[in-house]
Amino acid sequence: MARKLPKADVVLVGVGWTGGIIASELTKKGLKVVGLERGKERKTEDYFMVHDELRYALRYDLFQDLSKETITFRGNERIRALPMRQYGSFLLGDGLGGSGVHWNGQTYRFLPYDFEIRSKTIEKYGQNKIPAEMSIQDWGITYDQLEPYYDKFEKTCGISGEENPHPGAGKRSDKFPTPPMKKSPAIKMFETAAKNLKLNPYMMPSANLSESYKNPDGISRAACQYCGYCERFGCEYGAKADPVVTVIPVAKKTGNFEIRTHSHVRRILHTGNKATGVLYVDTTTGEEIEQPADIVVLTSYVFNNVRLLLMSDLGRPYDPATGTGVIGKNYAYQVMKGNAVGFFNDKEFSTFAGAGSLGIVLDDYNGDNFDHSNLGFIHGGSISLTQTGLRPIQNNPVPKGTPAWGKEFKQQSLKYANRFLSVGGQGSSMPFKHHYLDLDPTYKDAFGDPLIRITFDFEDQDRNLAVFLAEKSAQILKEMGANHIDSLKELGPYDITTYQSTHNTGGVIMGADPSTSAVNNYLQMWDVDNLFVVGAANFAHNSGYNPTGTVGALAYRCAEGIDKYRQTGGQVV
Amino acid sequence: MAEENKEKQETLSRRRFLRNTGFTVGGLAVGGILGSLVPRGKDDNKNNPPAPQDQDFNQALMYFTPEQFRITEAATERIFPEDDNGPGAKALGVAYFIDHQLAGDWGFNARDYMQSPFFPGEKVQGYQGRLKRRDIFDIGLRELQNYSNTVGKKNFEELSGDEQDKILKDFEEDKVNLTTLSPSGFFQLLRSATLEGVYSDPLYGGNKNMDGWKMRNYPGSQMAYAEIIEKDFQKIKPQSLQSHMKH
Ligand SMILES: Cc1cc2nc3c(=O)[nH]c(=O)nc-3n(C[C@H](O)[C@H](O)[C@H](O)COP(=O)(O)OP(=O)(O)OC[C@H]3O[C@@H](n4cnc5c(N)ncnc54)[C@H](O)[C@@H]3O)c2cc1C
Ligand code: SF4
Repeated sequence: MARKLPKADVVLVGVGWTGGIIASELTKKGLKVVGLERGKERKTEDYFMVHDELRYALRYDLFQDLSKETITFRGNERIRALPMRQYGSFLLGDGLGGSGVHWNGQTYRFLPYDFEIRSKTIEKYGQNKIPAEMSIQDWGITYDQLEPYYDKFEKTCGISGEENPHPGAGKRSDKFPTPPMKKSPAIKMFETAAKNLKLNPYMMPSANLSESYKNPDGISRAACQYCGYCERFGCEYGAKADPVVTVIPVAKKTGNFEIRTHSHVRRILHTGNKATGVLYVDTTTGEEIEQPADIVVLTSYVFNNVRLLLMSDLGRPYDPATGTGVIGKNYAYQVMKGNAVGFFNDKEFSTFAGAGSLGIVLDDYNGDNFDHSNLGFIHGGSISLTQTGLRPIQNNPVPKGTPAWGKEFKQQSLKYANRFLSVGGQGSSMPFKHHYLDLDPTYKDAFGDPLIRITFDFEDQDRNLAVFLAEKSAQILKEMGANHIDSLKELGPYDITTYQSTHNTGGVIMGADPSTSAVNNYLQMWDVDNLFVVGAANFAHNSGYNPTGTVGALAYRCAEGIDKYRQTGGQVV
Repeated sequence: MAEENKEKQETLSRRRFLRNTGFTVGGLAVGGILGSLVPRGKDDNKNNPPAPQDQDFNQALMYFTPEQFRITEAATERIFPEDDNGPGAKALGVAYFIDHQLAGDWGFNARDYMQSPFFPGEKVQGYQGRLKRRDIFDIGLRELQNYSNTVGKKNFEELSGDEQDKILKDFEEDKVNLTTLSPSGFFQLLRSATLEGVYSDPLYGGNKNMDGWKMRNYPGSQMAYAEIIEKDFQKIKPQSLQSHMKH
């Protein structure tokens, strides 16, 4: 029998970005919040020896230990799903702050088009533009409704940036909290080339601070040092906005937030359609503990948000045969391989230096910012040049045709080490009826619980989009004066072994209609009033940007929804 | 200088020790085994013992047998050879790096999902074998040796560079028929471990003297680049993580 603890107002499963935001907002309002985090405590002092590519980037020091828990994957329902035994395609967060510790900090707003994608696509191109199996739907919220929450998240982080010049971008109620990052010579080259091509470049919105900043919660942070060890690493300066140096201390200061690390949640407890708390294991002792609460919030990233619902028999599981049910529906990812690499014979760049969100980007080929009438895809992607710090183990590109090892490889990889630049698309990802998440029938985690199973592959939509973005990227590199350009010619099948992005989405999608969505636009479960689920799992499709700007905005909206629920009960929409 | 002489004597007397005691142990003739404990290169340099600054206490084996070490050293040197740019894998200590890595978490696949059942999968589903990296090296190096003896009639490390390349290429292109493991899988592991050994912080035993970094003007671990980020390329004297220990 599990030991039962006194009841809390709110219990959070996972303390990363979403958990941290909900905790800070609710504890400020006086609610008693318990945050259960399966990993360990993290703090800035941990990163004394952080400039270690082997330990952090290749041995995955900060990430979830796959020996205990992973996912299984298959390209389609006809083949057997097998476990992701080693990291590749995406990396999973673990420990206080979650992936917010080792993210890059590229912090975007989605386009107004995204939130009404189905209506707007039909309105402009007609129903036939949407392939039969493509299950895009409107999100049940508009950009304008979400705008105040974007603004809030950006102010918490101190996002450094400049106005997006493209008319397709949503209106801002306020300017960026801090000015854009510094421009490196490579960024200036991209800017000039893009302008020559009549495109609309702007500096990437960055959660690495361009200057020191004090946020509305009174938290002060130092400016980024462009140290070049950002993505996959923690920031030794506290310059990168991360939950541990922003929202978590705010929640702690209220005295209303209790964080319990090493607490692995296995089930959401419920009677009828009311959640009563959660069951977790203290991994330091093995003890099973029950934490009752008035309100339960799932903030455990896409995969565990879906997995916990399915394992706890909550909500209606998605059935791909009929397209009915909602939990696990509309899993989507991203098209990251539409890119080009340019080699320069007589220019050298200090690309060893950089910051996670130092970059320049354009949206001329994103969303519905361009005409799709004669194109074999909808939506698009942002195209950018980033300078995140090229570390030597992982960055050894050589012009196509060069052997991958030996004398010539050594010569060429040394020659081009500081003489190549990549320009690439971050392509959107549309949901399809047969792409979904469910529980794996065979493989288990360290507690004997089923792993989550991904059924996903690239479609014509993705193949066409990838080649399109690669061609546009190559054009920009050509204008930048590259001597040799290699670009993607064909997108192969989805491959779980190579890193693409940790931008997994869907599974607990939001919407206006309970029959086709799992949560309302306050991220409250339609089927369980006191259960909120928040994160990229709420996305009905994935856009051509990094997700966390939108994830953060949804978390702020969710906190407001929880507060409403506490006062009125029932569905808050 | 006194230090230097002392070290020289110690090396010599250790060598003599091995020689003198290497003939029989418990009645078995094991001279061959003990003899091979003395690295070949050093033996040939009897009159040129290493200068004291070259003494690197990290350069000893945690996992490999001397034979495995020699094959690894020879193979990684072909993957990343010495040339006009500077040292190759051998001088950079890459084989020591791999040895040390195999002795720890990485060699045991400690943070990989290794639960059964094991089924062969599609390539896009990633590695599905039950072998751990240290098993893969044990088997892979043995197969490399066997194959060298079959096609080249010599041990791998005794073949010429070109012959070694051919053997490695056959592994890379799965032209070797093995029932034990995937030849290309082993080759890719060897290749990626080589680059890790060339370019990881010297604290791990490779990238000796930061020479891997120096060859490509990589500055290693610097605290900040805020002052240079807007400027044109410039060379910066590299620093390893050890430099932070002085703070
Ligand atoms: C390498 C990398 C780079 C990235 N770069 C960017 C970027 O530049 N821009 C961008 O927008 N996004 C980026 N992201 C994505 C971004 O980090 C995530 O969108 C964001 O962190 C999601 O917040 P979350 O709260 O949903 O999940 P997380 O921050 O991952 O937090 C989830 C927490 O829940 C915990 N947890 C999970 N299961 C349980 C359980 N059963 N019991 C208890 N605790 C549990 C986890 O340990 C974790 O701490 C990046 C991600 C990675 C990995
Ligand atoms: S690049 Fe900037 S924000 Fe990123 S870790 Fe380094 S100093 Fe911190």
